[in-house]
Amino acid sequence: MKTREQLEQIRSEISARMAPRFAKERQEGVKRHIMVCAGTGCTSSKSLEIISGFQRELEAQGAAEHSRVVRTGCFGLCAMGPVVLIYPEGVFYSHVTPEDVEEIVREHIVNGRLVERLLHREPDTGAVTQRLEDMEFYQPQMRIALRNCGKIDPENIDEYIAVDGYQALIRILTEQTPPQQIIGELKASGLRGRGGAGFSAGQKWQFAANAQSEDGVKYVCCNADEGDPGAFMDRSILEGDPHSVIEAMAIAGYAVGAHQGYIYVRAEYPIAVHRLEVAIAQARDYGLLGDNILNSGFAFRLELRLGAGAFVCGEETALMTSIEGRRGEPRPRPPFPAVKGLFQRPTLLNNVETYANVTWILNRGAAAYAAIGTEGSKGTKVFALGGKIANTGLVEIPMGTTLRTIIEDIGGGIPGGKKFKAAQTGGPSGGCIPASLIDTPIDYDSLTAIGSMMGSGGLIVMDEDNCMVDIAKFFLEFCVDESCGKCVPCRIGTKRLYDLLDKITRGEGTLEDLDTIEELCYHLKSSALCALGQTAPNPVLSTLKHFRSEYVAHVVEKRCPAGVCKNLLRYVIDPAKCKGCTLCTRNCPAGAISGVLRAPHTIDNTKCVKCGACMETCRFGAISKR
Amino acid sequence: MPNCKTVVPYRGTPEQEEELRRAVQAHKGQPGGVMPVLQETQRIFGYLPEEALIIAAEGLEVPLSELYSVASFYAQFSFNPKGVYQVSVCLGTACYVKGSAEVLEAVEHKLGIRTGSITRDGRFSLDATRCIGACGLAPVMTVGSDVYGRLTPEQVGPILEKYL
Repeated sequence: MKTREQLEQIRSEISARMAPRFAKERQEGVKRHIMVCAGTGCTSSKSLEIISGFQRELEAQGAAEHSRVVRTGCFGLCAMGPVVLIYPEGVFYSHVTPEDVEEIVREHIVNGRLVERLLHREPDTGAVTQRLEDMEFYQPQMRIALRNCGKIDPENIDEYIAVDGYQALIRILTEQTPPQQIIGELKASGLRGRGGAGFSAGQKWQFAANAQSEDGVKYVCCNADEGDPGAFMDRSILEGDPHSVIEAMAIAGYAVGAHQGYIYVRAEYPIAVHRLEVAIAQARDYGLLGDNILNSGFAFRLELRLGAGAFVCGEETALMTSIEGRRGEPRPRPPFPAVKGLFQRPTLLNNVETYANVTWILNRGAAAYAAIGTEGSKGTKVFALGGKIANTGLVEIPMGTTLRTIIEDIGGGIPGGKKFKAAQTGGPSGGCIPASLIDTPIDYDSLTAIGSMMGSGGLIVMDEDNCMVDIAKFFLEFCVDESCGKCVPCRIGTKRLYDLLDKITRGEGTLEDLDTIEELCYHLKSSALCALGQTAPNPVLSTLKHFRSEYVAHVVEKRCPAGVCKNLLRYVIDPAKCKGCTLCTRNCPAGAISGVLRAPHTIDNTKCVKCGACMETCRFGAISKR
Repeated sequence: MPNCKTVVPYRGTPEQEEELRRAVQAHKGQPGGVMPVLQETQRIFGYLPEEALIIAAEGLEVPLSELYSVASFYAQFSFNPKGVYQVSVCLGTACYVKGSAEVLEAVEHKLGIRTGSITRDGRFSLDATRCIGACGLAPVMTVGSDVYGRLTPEQVGPILEKYL
């Protein structure tokens, strides 16, 4: 248990110790801070070995006294991982391996010389960038939800406190701020739920605060069941800055009158689960969670609940059923969770990123937040940028930033000189944005208007080699697998839709099938029980809208323009380029290629199994797929 | 059906059963305690053997059918043991658009088993997983706790041979 004064003392002492991370210039006698990313991406490529390597090398080379190794959360630039950032110079090293550590310590730390070969290069121009903030990837970004990711050690509550963490909670409890004032502030900020639907967060808090509970029990829940394929915003926040979510949940408890909170987190996120466990235990030790927090009389307890691999549990009613220890099936609304939620009590449920914005708003004021973004969407949004893009990773941008800025500037463009074809947002509930709409400013309403949705923030970039029918089929297959089976439209409708798309990718579709698909999509949207089923047709409808010609090519010409759908592929040999070396003949597993030495060969497409081995082995580029 | 009742005999030890009983007692009467108990059971035994579920059901005083109903709903619970090396290929969107389906096919071919099953010698089991979040490394495969990224189908064979 700490008193307010002790917490204030920790804040000033530790923030002084962290000064090198915020300094612009290196000063004599100041310790270097070696920040190493320990998020899931970098950990997968041995960043933990790099951390222990630094500790060992610093000792061995006698530099331990003047340097500190800090394990951090995600920097966002996952494609360049593992990443190491050295303060106060702010020098950024990418693709670091455990073998590089000795050299970095010897050259950079001991001799003060940069290790040129490990400096970051811009993927499009090849230019070397030394400092993190100068990188094209970071320039257009604005970090609110991710403000502490990469800056602090997520397993050390003191570092969170040093960057003004728990200040909002301490202030509210000390001044006994009226709950209505907190909720009013949140409403004024214009913050909308970051989980997907985009409902006003302030309104949600208001409903939960107004709700009457028979026995006075209410709950505050955090949805950390991030299940959209390709989305990892929430995971990175939990891994990089777990206390920001914990603090916001405690404030939410105070504002709506709840004393018990649950964080429902995916079991597939072991690092996030571990950091949350550590953070909750630390907050409890410091008396920032538990009974009578800071002698205010306010009590708030927080528990973790692990999901077990069911996508539907990201839906709010299903999530609560799952916390109750039952099959995670959704139920009809109303009653809404704010009225009758977890264990039949009024419940406030927000997603991780929403909570991560709350303390920033309460510390800097609603007006500062509302000044960022567009008319209907305030603040910033975190996107997980993936697919055919140079800088895969995590980006946070002000609402209203165009897709072009995200893809060309931040993302560094499409690798391999390929052409941008579409971006998919919102995962299996979202849709595709075609290249023609690349200048759309991104916010909740603009995305809905073009048939996609914000969703939780997955943003997958696709190039000319991706088949849109295949992508729609991929997302539908996901929904078929993840449909809980409770309601008929979703259980049977998604499967029938999948069958129709499969028929088209096999080259057996008809034009009537396209009409049937569209009709089925609208039925599913209007009749499914929960958002999973209602939004499952979105990837199909949006690709049909923007890429209808591709569907038609599959149906009428029996051709897959992107060359993805195997049944429609034809490998052909260009007689002008073929030297008749027989290499392909020898490599074909199906014996489909015939021809004599030094004469052009031919492929028998009835025998061909479309493995592509011939194309890979041909030294003359004579084989292509159509 | 990859997740049907197992044909592998139960090999739970008295120590494991004792550990399970302790876990059951810790969660008994707690609201929503069924899920944590199932997760503990799977952690202790590696899967959900019927014998262990009976212990859990009796301890929690809930019907076995209820535990089965909950366990069969969630993808992470398995009624089958896993291989010594659990191979998983990520089929999340980022990996998929970078060709993880071909990687999975190469693993199936190499191990001679279908996704969701286990090799006869119990050495490898193979699963296709949802996004594991290492999208920067796409396409990704994990063998046990080792992660392999930026894979091509050709690399699969040599990687798996390291575990033979």
